[in-house]
Amino acid sequence: MSRQMTGAQMVVQALKDQGVDTVFGYPGGAVLPIYDAIFQQNDIRHILVRHEQGATHAAEGYARATGKPGVVLVTSGPGATNAVTGLTDALMDSIPLVVLTGQVPTFMIGNDAFQEADTVGITRPCTKHNWLVKDTDKLSETIHQAFHVATSGRPGPVLIDVPKDVQFATGDYVTPEKSSTGHYAPRTKGDIDLITLTVEALEKAERPVLYSGGGVVNSGLGASQALREVVAATNFPITSTLMGLGCYPASGDNWLGMLGMHGTYEANLAMHDCDFMLCIGARFDDRITGRVDAFSPNSFKVHIDIDPSSINKNIHVDVPIIGDVGSVLDDILEVWTARGRKTNSEAVAAWWKQIETWRAVKSLAYKNSDSVIKPQYALERLEALTKGHDRYVTTEVGQHQMWAAQFMGFEDPHRWMTSGGLGTMGYGLPASLGVQIAHPEALVINVAGEASWLMNMQEMGTAMQYRAPIKQFILNNERLGMVRQWQELLHGERYSSSWSESLPDFVKLAEAFGCKGIRCDNPADLDEAILEMLAYDGPVIFDCLVEKHENCFPMIPSGKAHNEMLLGEASTQDAIDVSGAVLV
Amino acid sequence: MNALAIKKGSSGKSAYNLRNPLGDHQETHTLTVLVDNEAGVLARVIGLFSGRGYNIDSLTVAEVDHLGHRSRITVVTTGTPAVIEQIKAQLERMVPVYAVNDLTVEGQSVERELALVKVTGAGEKRVEAMRTSEVFRARVVDSTLESFVFEITGTPEKIDAFVDLMRPLGLEEIARTGVAAIARGA
Repeated sequence: MSRQMTGAQMVVQALKDQGVDTVFGYPGGAVLPIYDAIFQQNDIRHILVRHEQGATHAAEGYARATGKPGVVLVTSGPGATNAVTGLTDALMDSIPLVVLTGQVPTFMIGNDAFQEADTVGITRPCTKHNWLVKDTDKLSETIHQAFHVATSGRPGPVLIDVPKDVQFATGDYVTPEKSSTGHYAPRTKGDIDLITLTVEALEKAERPVLYSGGGVVNSGLGASQALREVVAATNFPITSTLMGLGCYPASGDNWLGMLGMHGTYEANLAMHDCDFMLCIGARFDDRITGRVDAFSPNSFKVHIDIDPSSINKNIHVDVPIIGDVGSVLDDILEVWTARGRKTNSEAVAAWWKQIETWRAVKSLAYKNSDSVIKPQYALERLEALTKGHDRYVTTEVGQHQMWAAQFMGFEDPHRWMTSGGLGTMGYGLPASLGVQIAHPEALVINVAGEASWLMNMQEMGTAMQYRAPIKQFILNNERLGMVRQWQELLHGERYSSSWSESLPDFVKLAEAFGCKGIRCDNPADLDEAILEMLAYDGPVIFDCLVEKHENCFPMIPSGKAHNEMLLGEASTQDAIDVSGAVLV
Repeated sequence: MNALAIKKGSSGKSAYNLRNPLGDHQETHTLTVLVDNEAGVLARVIGLFSGRGYNIDSLTVAEVDHLGHRSRITVVTTGTPAVIEQIKAQLERMVPVYAVNDLTVEGQSVERELALVKVTGAGEKRVEAMRTSEVFRARVVDSTLESFVFEITGTPEKIDAFVDLMRPLGLEEIARTGVAAIARGA
C-alpha cells in the first residue's frame, strides 16, 4: 500500500526508515518545508550547526565513529556551496554521507533565482553520485537509493537536491523494502584463484609486510578482527596508513607504527625492503609511496581493494584482488588454514631481527625541554593521561595531526578521525562535535593547531547548545607549523605568511562561548592542566603554548624514496632537490 | 633554487616517473559505455575525462533502449596502457554505468562516422567535387547552383581523406557526428 504524503514528510519518513536518528544541518528558504516536518516529530534529532561546512564535517565524524552514514540537511545556493569542502573531504576519505540540499522550485531552476546554484553540477565531481529530484513520486525511492550508494562498495558522499515545490507537493511514499536500489552492486567477494596465489606467496615470504588502510575501518569490525587474526597467526609485521590507525592495535606486538611521509623508520624501511607486501584497503597514496619509481622495488605486491580504480593507479601490483577486505581476509585465512597454515618462520624471524635494528633508531625521538612544552611531549602526556578512557580523537590538519598519529595509540577502529586525503584544515572541531553527538558519554578530544582550529571555531557554539563536552586540545605555536616547516626546508627559511600576527586569547574566547578555557605554557604544569580539562563537565578550549619552531620528523621529503628518510634536524640540509620541490 | 624551472620529465628521479610495466607508448582505444539515460549522465562522463586529465578524441551519445532508459556512449580516447585501464576502471565504478567495453582489445569491431560537408564553387571545381564524392560514395543531400552538401559515412580516416580532398575544391563547412562503434560477429 502506498502512502500519500508531502515531499517534506517523505524526507523525514525515508530518513526514519533508513535508521537515521541524527541530522546535522542549517535551515534556509529552500528547505523550510523539511524543517517544518522535522519540527513535527521526535524520532530524528536535528543538530543546528553554525556553518554548513561544519555540518558536513560533523556528519563525517559521526559516520566515522558509528559506521553509519552521516546525514546533512542544508539549504540551496550558499548552503550547498558551503557543503562542497565536506563532500570532497568525504569523497577522498571514503566516508558515507547523505547530503540533502534544498533547491529553488523546479519552475524557477535556471532563472538565477534567489539562492539558486547548480548544486548537482557543482557537486558532481565531489560526490559518489548525486540526484536532482523533480517529481515527488520519485523522492522516497531516490533517498533509499542514495543510502544504498553511499554505503555499498567504496563508501562515499551522495547528494540529493530537492526543489521546494517537490517538498510541498504530495506523492506516493515507497518504503526501503519496496524500493529499487538500482543496478549499482559492487563486487564484494574476492577471486578465489587470486586469493590462492596470495596464500602461496604468503607461505614463501621471507620479508613480509602487511600494509592496511581506511578500507579496513570501512569494511566493519569483522575486517579488523580478521586482520588481527592474520597478523597473530603469521607473525608478520604490520603498518598502517593514517586512515587505518586502530584496525590493528598500537599496543600489538607486530605493530610497526604508521608509514608514509611522517611514518616511522621501521615501517618505511620494512616497506622498502620487503619481498612480500599485502596491501589491505589502502590506495598507494603519494603520502605513502614517496618516489613511486623507487617504491618497494623488490616485493611481490598483493592489493585488496573494493574499488577497481584503486588497482594499478599509482603502483603496479602483482595480484589485484577486488573485493571487500573483510571477506577477502576471511577467505585468505580459510585457504591458508586448509593448506596447513605454513609460513617461512625462520626467515620471518630473521626479518624481525632486521626490523628491530631499525626500531632501535627510535625515529620518533625528540629533544625534550624543561622550559618550553614540546608538542610531542604534550601529546605523549595527553596519551598517557587519557589512555584508559573511552576515547575518540579527531584532528585538524598539519604538524599536530602527524604528531597525534605518531604519539597517540589507537587500539580499535572508529576511534580516530582525521582528514587524510583532502587535508582539510577546520575538519577537527566539527568532526569532534559529530563524534560526541554519537557518543555522548565518551571522551572526545580534538587535537588541533591554532590556525586550523580558527577555521571552524564557530562550532563551539553548537557544542554549547547541545552540551557536547568536546575537548579542544590546541597545540599553539602561533605558526602554520607545516607550512613553516616546508618553507624552512624548501624555500630558504623565507616564512611567507605562515605566522599569525594576531591570535585571539583562547581562554577569553572560551569564556565568550560560555565554556572553559585553560592555558598552559610550562611543561611542569601540563599534567595538572590536562587533568583539569578531563575533569571539566563541558566543552574545553585548551590553549597549549608549545615550541614555535619544532619540525615534524621523521620525514620522507617529497620526491624521495622510503630509504631516504630524514630523521632529524641534522639531516635536513639540501634534503629536498628541485624535482621534489614541485611536489606537494 | 627555482623549483618550477625544471623541464617536464627531464629528471629520471622525478616522482612523476611511474614504474610502468605496461609501457609508456600512447594507444588509441574505442570504448563503449552503456549508461542509464538520466539527467547529467553525459556531463558525469565528460567531467571524469576532464577532471582526471584524460583525452577525448571523439564522443557520441544517444539513447539506444527507450523502454530501459539506456544510452550508449562511444568514446575514442588516447593514453598509455595504464591510463586506458584506469579510464575503464573509473567509468565502471560510476553509479549509472552498466557496462564498459573496450572494442579495441575485445576482438574486431566496426567503426563508423557520418559527416555533412558543404562545398561551394563553380565550374571545374564543382565538377571535380562531384566526381570525388562519387569515388567516396558520398551522397548529395542538398544542392544549389553554387553549393553541395555531401553526406558521407565511413571510418574517421575515410572522412578525413574526403575532407582533405574537398579543401581545395571550395570546402565551406563540416559537421561530423563522431564515432559510433560496435563489435563484429554474434
